[in-house]
Amino acid sequence: MALPTMEIARQSATRGGITGALPPKDDFQVTKLIDVSKCIGCKACQTACLEWNDLREPVGVNVGVYDNPHDLTENSWTLMRFTEWDNPETGKLEWLIRKDGCMHCADPGCLKACPSPGAIVQYTNGIVDFNKDACIGCGYCIKGCPFNIPRISKANEKAYKCTLCVDRVAVGQGPACAKACPTQAISFGTEAEMKALAAKRVADLTSRGYKKAGLYDPPGVGGTHVMYVLHHADKPEAYANLPGNDVKISPIVELWRGATKYFGMGVLAVAAGVGVLHHMVMGPNKVTTHDEEEGKRIKEGT
Amino acid sequence: MAQSGGGYTPQVSRYTTGARINHWVTAISLILLAISGLALFHPSLFGLTALFGGGALTREIHPWIGVFLFFSFSGLFFRFWKLNLWNRDDNRWMANLPAVMKGDEEKMPEIGKYNAGQKFVFWGMSILIIALISSGIVIWDKYFYPYTTIDQKRVAVLIHALAGIGAITVWIVHVYAAIWVRGTISAMTKGSVTAGWAYRHHRKWLREEASKDRASSTPAQ
Ligand code: HEM
Ligand code: SF4
Repeated sequence: MALPTMEIARQSATRGGITGALPPKDDFQVTKLIDVSKCIGCKACQTACLEWNDLREPVGVNVGVYDNPHDLTENSWTLMRFTEWDNPETGKLEWLIRKDGCMHCADPGCLKACPSPGAIVQYTNGIVDFNKDACIGCGYCIKGCPFNIPRISKANEKAYKCTLCVDRVAVGQGPACAKACPTQAISFGTEAEMKALAAKRVADLTSRGYKKAGLYDPPGVGGTHVMYVLHHADKPEAYANLPGNDVKISPIVELWRGATKYFGMGVLAVAAGVGVLHHMVMGPNKVTTHDEEEGKRIKEGT
Repeated sequence: MAQSGGGYTPQVSRYTTGARINHWVTAISLILLAISGLALFHPSLFGLTALFGGGALTREIHPWIGVFLFFSFSGLFFRFWKLNLWNRDDNRWMANLPAVMKGDEEKMPEIGKYNAGQKFVFWGMSILIIALISSGIVIWDKYFYPYTTIDQKRVAVLIHALAGIGAITVWIVHVYAAIWVRGTISAMTKGSVTAGWAYRHHRKWLREEASKDRASSTPAQ
């Protein structure tokens, strides 16, 4: 597969870098397609992720559910989330398993929120990656992310999440999770290829009675470079609270990292400017000789 | 303090040594907070993090200075709050604000130790610092991450940024007033002002101080 060299399209806290548009989506943008209907929840992908990235998750505690660990962590960048879902239409219990992790949004909330130049980058192929050398550990990316993905490491106070195996992709390999999956529930390729594959899978699922099967590629974040094939695409929330199809960066975050930034700098500049102008026009407010004489009279009681 | 002939200016003491130390410690913390906060607020100011030894150290130290400021400012608050209660003179001072801005204080009512502008700075800072510490703790992920939801943290970080801008604006007003009204700064450096300054800007307070002097002075003096 011909992959582009890793060129940076946008980076955090950089003039123009936040508003600059990605090059048009073309055959060079990559996508990871997760077919939820094929996943058997074996967690090979989770293990492959730890292996490839040389990470270890401490042994945890079993609380009677399959999710292990209980949440994404600074080490576990991907996590199988299991839901026992009562399908109200069929009255049947369905076991929904979703591989959670960074969605690699085309319009990444983390990148918008990050205050440190270059700590978050988006490559021209669509991969969003954290650069730990520039990360200051403030956690603003957590506030920016609409999918609740980044985690701050307790060991070094840096933010971590799925890199979409950018180091493998750069040399023409697919992500470790995709390679490890025994059912080929995880595929990787260009965006066009993956969308074509998804269309086939959706057609198959529909023919087998999943009338609402579809692709999860939420437009509110500009689409994502990790997409799901869902058998119930009309109910993403059923899959361990996957945000709805209308998910977008929180308006509060947009306000904080947008208008507030300009408004704040403006207010400070105006305050300082008015001070300078006032002094130039009015001159200093000086104590006069008359004031001194009167003041002395009162002070000395004469 | 006696100078040659008629140039002799009596001083009126305005701040104790304790109050002055308290003030300057607070002032330094506020400036450090403003610099470290602004560095994270706007990308063009991120370079200011170098003053604190880099971005990570800036992020680490800022909330601690905030906690320190909170206690230091509380000291000032309890020293001065009574004298900053609003009274009728303040309404008249506000009504005459345009004249005040022209430095034309002749027609103003006599003012006690603080005028309405100073009271505005006092209460403005008090409210903003409470907003800053409360919102600051919510976004202090290192120690308080589990106690709030991400949505609450989003609101808190917005409030914190706005309150920070507010506090820095009030600080600009405060510093400008001290510079524009000549003779003010000695109140916080030496602890005293000239009687002429007191007569011009805080005549009621000057009268009170003068009568206190006489009440405490012995007949032999
Ligand atoms: C009164 C002085 C203060 C000023 C002027 C100030 C200002 C700021 C500003 C402008 C930011 C950046 C927000 C943004 O990026 O939009 C910030 C961040 C922050 N402030 Fe404050 N702040 C003050 C006091 C406090 C206090 C009292 C706390 C209390 C714990 C605090 C905790 C934080 C935290 C945790 C952050 C996030 C970055 C970090 O971890 O340092 N601040 N502050
Ligand atoms: S924690 Fe790191 S990556 Fe996340 S916003 Fe802060 S500096 Fe950026």
